Amino acid sequence: MLSLDQIKLRIEQAVPGARVELVPNGALADQASLWLDAAHAVECARFLRETPDLSFDYASNVTGVDWPDTTVKTKVKKVVEGQETDVEESVVKPGFLEAVYHLYSMTRKHGPLVIRLRTANRTDSVRLPSFTPVWRGAEFQEREIFDLFGIVFDGHPDLRRLLMWDGFQDHPMRKDYVEPDDYEYEPTPHDEVLEKAQSRAAKEANA
Amino acid sequence: MDEGLRNELSKAGVFTTSLSELYNWGQKNSLWPLQFGLACCAIEMIAASMARFDIARFGAEVFRPSPRQADLMIVAGTVTKKMAPQVVRLYNQMPEPKFVIAMGACAISGGPFKQGYNVLKGIDRYIPVDVHIPGCPPRPEALLHALMTLQKKIEEQSLTGINRPRQMDPNQTGEFPIPTFGAHDLEPPSNPEVWRPIKIDRGS
Repeated sequence: MLSLDQIKLRIEQAVPGARVELVPNGALADQASLWLDAAHAVECARFLRETPDLSFDYASNVTGVDWPDTTVKTKVKKVVEGQETDVEESVVKPGFLEAVYHLYSMTRKHGPLVIRLRTANRTDSVRLPSFTPVWRGAEFQEREIFDLFGIVFDGHPDLRRLLMWDGFQDHPMRKDYVEPDDYEYEPTPHDEVLEKAQSRAAKEANA
Repeated sequence: MDEGLRNELSKAGVFTTSLSELYNWGQKNSLWPLQFGLACCAIEMIAASMARFDIARFGAEVFRPSPRQADLMIVAGTVTKKMAPQVVRLYNQMPEPKFVIAMGACAISGGPFKQGYNVLKGIDRYIPVDVHIPGCPPRPEALLHALMTLQKKIEEQSLTGINRPRQMDPNQTGEFPIPTFGAHDLEPPSNPEVWRPIKIDRGS
């Protein structure tokens, strides 16, 4: 398989205007991936699938990642009352949702190539282009991501919830999901369950 | 009937019984389970029905594919919230007398999925369960033991009085409300007629 840098160059040459970024991975696996911009993603995907020496014809796995809003604190030198002091500034980095595709080539026997798509934010702008027209196998997995993360895939032939029922309103795999308080606690709860048990006991004591 | 007299009579070759004994004896030895499984516990249930463990020894080998012909529901496996209304509906469709064995950690309490969002934390929130079997999954012997426990329970039931079985009470329909899909959880999350959890006293 070509290196990611080469694949990135090939995509940029083939699809005019496409923005591709290499996303490094600091973990032990060191499996870097390519981020594609949503506007040109389907074209890039078709290129990856149909170019003979790449021919990534198999999307083995599609998954989602939720990146919540993060606050980054930086020390900035500022002049306050004539004196230069270090002032801590906190900047809120807006979170986003990510769809991650693992691609293999059955004909060329190489892979995986990991590509990512990112939404603009986590609340109102959660649309991404669907890769189901390119890789049919992504259909149910994109439905699952729609169900559990709430990413809306444009161009998906049949975008319905897969695991939860239709009237369900939450997206359980998001980091800020609060599951219903629907079970009794064992006599020796610990950690998060202990906190839940205590808060419920306090509620019952107040009522 | 006096126990001593009965022994004397049986030694003399006279068999005595009562209608309720006969009724319970017939019922306990021909329990027909409903043929359905929800997860891996169903594999153990299948093993229990095969030659090695042979649930036929207890008269419960006739797994019926229709709830109309079954009188024992073995809830074998994880009951997801999406599946729970169907399980209650199947139970409602079974004719009286009917019994429920909740098999495995998931069916009795949610098991390893207890802290999740999509699994019902025990089928006894919606339907009355006669025997609970712990285990993940329980071995076929545990299912056989549960069946024997249920048979003992049937044997000991009295057909009259306040503890009479449900089918002897004209005021009880044997139907239980089917939960509906809500926006965040099943509505209602449990049936208070059936589900009375034990309060754990934590002191202060």
